[in-house]
Amino acid sequence: MNLHEYQAKELLKKFNVPVQEGIPVDTPEKAEEAYKQLKVQYGNNFAVVKAQIHAGGRGKGKIKGSEQHGVAVGKNAEEIKNIAGKIIGGTLVTVQTGPAGKLVSKVLVAQDVYYPGPNTVKEFYLSVLMDRGKSRNVLMYSTEGGMDIEQVAHETPHKIFKEWVHPSGGLLPFQARKIAFNLGLGGEAFKNCAKFVTNLYRAYVELDCSMLEINPLFKTSDEKIMAVDCKMNLDDNALMRHSDLEALRDISEEDPTEVEAHKYNLNFIKLDGNVGCMVNGAGLAMATMDMIKLSGGEPANFLDVGGSANAQTVEAGFRIILKDPKVKAILINIFGGIVRCDRVAQGVIDAYNSIGDIKVPIIVRLQGTNAEEAKKLIEESGLKVQSAILLSEAAELVNRAVSAK
Amino acid sequence: MAVLVNKKSRIIVQGFTGTEGTFHASQMIEYGTNVVGGVTPGKGGQTHIERPVFNTVDDAVKQTGADVSIIFVPPAFAADAVMEATEAGVKLVVCITEGIPVQDMVKVKNYLQGTGTRLIGPNCPGVITADECKVGIMPGFIFKKGRIGIVSKSGTLTYEAADQVAKAGLGISTAIGIGGDPIIGTTTREAVELFMNDSETDGIVMIGEIGGNMEAEAAYWIKDQGTKPVVGFIAGQTAPPGRRMGHAGAIVGGADDTAAAKMKIMRDCGITVVDSPADIGKMMAEVIGRKAFRPAKI
Repeated sequence: MNLHEYQAKELLKKFNVPVQEGIPVDTPEKAEEAYKQLKVQYGNNFAVVKAQIHAGGRGKGKIKGSEQHGVAVGKNAEEIKNIAGKIIGGTLVTVQTGPAGKLVSKVLVAQDVYYPGPNTVKEFYLSVLMDRGKSRNVLMYSTEGGMDIEQVAHETPHKIFKEWVHPSGGLLPFQARKIAFNLGLGGEAFKNCAKFVTNLYRAYVELDCSMLEINPLFKTSDEKIMAVDCKMNLDDNALMRHSDLEALRDISEEDPTEVEAHKYNLNFIKLDGNVGCMVNGAGLAMATMDMIKLSGGEPANFLDVGGSANAQTVEAGFRIILKDPKVKAILINIFGGIVRCDRVAQGVIDAYNSIGDIKVPIIVRLQGTNAEEAKKLIEESGLKVQSAILLSEAAELVNRAVSAK
Repeated sequence: MAVLVNKKSRIIVQGFTGTEGTFHASQMIEYGTNVVGGVTPGKGGQTHIERPVFNTVDDAVKQTGADVSIIFVPPAFAADAVMEATEAGVKLVVCITEGIPVQDMVKVKNYLQGTGTRLIGPNCPGVITADECKVGIMPGFIFKKGRIGIVSKSGTLTYEAADQVAKAGLGISTAIGIGGDPIIGTTTREAVELFMNDSETDGIVMIGEIGGNMEAEAAYWIKDQGTKPVVGFIAGQTAPPGRRMGHAGAIVGGADDTAAAKMKIMRDCGITVVDSPADIGKMMAEVIGRKAFRPAKI
């Protein structure tokens, strides 16, 4: 589950991780109020308006139909209100949103951190994630902050440092010091950085994050260390022990079809192709998509119906797939184990009858327990459903369906 | 004697009296698996499907001599269950549970180090040695006895492969579902190594998917030390980057863990890789028929 920047920053503050302060608002008027409040608090004329969407590249991205960027600085109440007015309700297109963009319903009005002081400011990069190869958490950091880290990794790999954490000891003080040293810090900034890293790691573990990225990690002109931006991704499997965090889910950021599928316990991902599919098991579902492609089609979705392929789930699956007008055929691929194929076949027939007029060809491939009985049921149903037992037969039927006219 | 489990294995079920535990333990017993008891804290001393129930794994092991455990406890308690079995000295722990938090698995993986316990899973269908012993949730009848080993990250795709192998006139020695999570107990490479050293296995079907580097690691090992033919398939050639495809571990994170990248490495290492999942069985029969496996490194 992804969080918004403002939500992630609120959580970090509970772990004593300093952040660029700000106030989330949903109208230009409230943005103006927020600016005035920040001005009193920090005595700074400048403030930043940051669009709150679940995608990166906001600073370079633009609101559709305008030249307004998703992150912009203003130097008085009027300007802040203006900027907020252009961003809120607009659709922000960034490199990560795709051409459709994302509707912005909230902005974060945040303090300006580039205030003058005795020393120069610096931007770094810091993230915590799980290294699958080592089965350990790793802190990845770089002196090159504020940039696309994949580009840094590609062009200047020697500027990326990694610190792996032993699960039994946690992040040790020497490791926190090492990170601060490698970032070239000294004095107060050094101490602040070591503290920052220690607290950030604690937040990562205790919140069950799957990824926590601070870019930029910022050193102010008066030697403070703070998170100016924060991407936080929570482990969905761990939400059961964080009931408070579940409330932070922003459904409007998720694909509505995927949200609906979730209600029926279906694992659905929308894709761009012309052949819909419904499969039991994630691995077989991916393999079925691959087979659709090899048969001349393009998969329109990923859909794992799990262990319970019955009339209800099949009907829900049909309805969700059929919402997409590009779908030219639907392939149902069930390998019956504990689930009996004849039951699934009856489910398909019931779902088909309940929906009524399905215009696209349906190919049903049922294999495993009672496969023969299932094929017979489908063939005797009189419905326009084609039936297969072998995966290769299903592939052939898909090929015929997509090649027709 | 195939690998991991056989007729002599003595199995206990953790989460024995729950719905899943009861159903699958009964199925395992019906298959002929030697289920010697189960564990449900607080229900020790009772009898369930004609087997004794214990409060702790330690009690169960001491009184039944169990050497294998299968876990059906809910995700919040599964990591604890694996570590309890490890502490009790169980040699093989098969964890079926799906949805265990990653940070729990970081702890478990560390806990297992230096112990004599091997973990299979989590989020897996389990292990089956055809006609001998089923420690899992797979439909047993698909796994016809033979001399092909299967290692796979996916459940139903394992059944698909086993079925195709049987229809191609071959059969299965042991099938190992290693699981689709980012952190799992036994890796693809370790499973392949078990089959390479097994006198009852002549060929290996290796099924992977997008995400992580386990297939590449296995491929490099096969190139160096492989002695038997391997047919490989990687699911997710059409999966979009950055999206989790059902399994917690099935996500393309970079250029190295796409299906195409993995397939190339596997081919370069001498594995016969099929593009279509419909060709797994046919291809296995063909390479076994050739009987001319030469490791890429000669």
